[in-house]
Amino acid sequence: MKRDSTAQTLLVATLLCVVCSVIVASAAVGLRHFQLENKQLDQKKNVLIAAGLIEEGRAVSQQEMDRLFSEKIHRVLIDLKTGKVVDSSVIDVENYDQREAASDPARSQSIEPAADLARIKRREKYAFVYEVVGAGGSVDQLVLPIYGKGLWSTLYGFLALASDGNTVRGITFYEHGETAGLGAEVENPKWRAIWPGKQVFDESGDIRLEVLKGHVSPTSPDVKYEVDGISGATITSKGVSQLIRYWLGPDAFGPFLEQFHQQQDQGADA
Amino acid sequence: MPETKAKDVLIDPIFRNNPIALQVLGICSALAVTTKVETSVAMALSVVFVLGCSNAAVSLIRNFIPTNIRIIVQMTIIASLVIVVDQMLQAFAFDASKQMSVFVGLIITNCIVMGRAEAFAMKNPPLISALDGIGNAIGYSVILIVVGFVRELFGSGAIWGYQVFPLSTEGGWYVANGLLLLPPSAFFIIGLFIWVLRTFKPEQVEQEG
Repeated sequence: MKRDSTAQTLLVATLLCVVCSVIVASAAVGLRHFQLENKQLDQKKNVLIAAGLIEEGRAVSQQEMDRLFSEKIHRVLIDLKTGKVVDSSVIDVENYDQREAASDPARSQSIEPAADLARIKRREKYAFVYEVVGAGGSVDQLVLPIYGKGLWSTLYGFLALASDGNTVRGITFYEHGETAGLGAEVENPKWRAIWPGKQVFDESGDIRLEVLKGHVSPTSPDVKYEVDGISGATITSKGVSQLIRYWLGPDAFGPFLEQFHQQQDQGADA
Repeated sequence: MPETKAKDVLIDPIFRNNPIALQVLGICSALAVTTKVETSVAMALSVVFVLGCSNAAVSLIRNFIPTNIRIIVQMTIIASLVIVVDQMLQAFAFDASKQMSVFVGLIITNCIVMGRAEAFAMKNPPLISALDGIGNAIGYSVILIVVGFVRELFGSGAIWGYQVFPLSTEGGWYVANGLLLLPPSAFFIIGLFIWVLRTFKPEQVEQEG
């Protein structure tokens, strides 16, 4: 068979495709277990960091992370529309993949363009809320998954709120594709350290928390709602403001937070 | 003299025939991943692996590859190897893979990889081709790491994530040079690198006219 004959061409092409696809497929399948584990661990780590349960940068073993997670964190799945907890009778909570659900037409819904502050077009119907259990078994913090568009990419993160459902306890971003050194500074612990103590809602219940362009003036009357912008990353900073406004707003966690406020008030009265 | 030849193909591309500095190939990826030393090193190791294996694989089947489909055959081999590397990074070096994101996939389009497959591996036996691939990848890596070092040091005052210069934004004295974090700065550094290299090795200067 000649080297440049049609038969040889077809034979080489076919064999090559078979061999390469076997290699690629076996790498993907064989390593999937490790990759999933890494992703889940990374998310757990970020929930814990947002809640301030582990320190940034300190090496934490997987065992310790699992222990903290099972002791301190109570994960519930929320129907965003009603704000109510859903259980396994509605959906398989244990194996619910929120990221996957967000793009699955059956388990997500499109967002009205006017309401789509986070510019994500669709959102999942059910979202996890991580309740941090404090002393005496009461809810000490809520860690909410948040995401939305920055400049280049979708930013994924967690926002931790204190038990008043209003005071920020921490924020993290665990996945994004923003410019290193500019937009990627959303990961910077120094910038994220500005967040704790800020307020989300004002007295009338409007969302006021936002990232400014430039520095917050210390004399500003709204200083408790304002966070310094990241220099050189105006669009990413604005994206962060908008995605928080969306996720804490009436279209997303709003109903849940409202009920949470009521429960907390009742608890305080009793 | 097979022994000297093996040494030559491995060492030559590092300074004497550097793929970036002399052949000016593979510049695009050198811009993208070099804001930090850590990602530069991860990228460098990935390219060493891909280029060594792709050259060996192409060379192994070089006598069977029909000439009219040789480029696509090379591409298929390279692409498969890159996917394997990407999957391995996601499994075993998760943090680095998070930072490099799409750029690992772009190794496929790195002209050095294809260039070596076409220019060397198609004509030489597997072992020496693998060495040629590794040598060229090391030449590429040297530049990548130098650029990453300069950009991280002056762009964010750190080396491998450890703060070396205290930044003015955090109460120190060093005002970070934001330009170095943007892709064009890699061009300046590569340009300077080529200048320095050609000052010491004037034979690399192209003849005018």
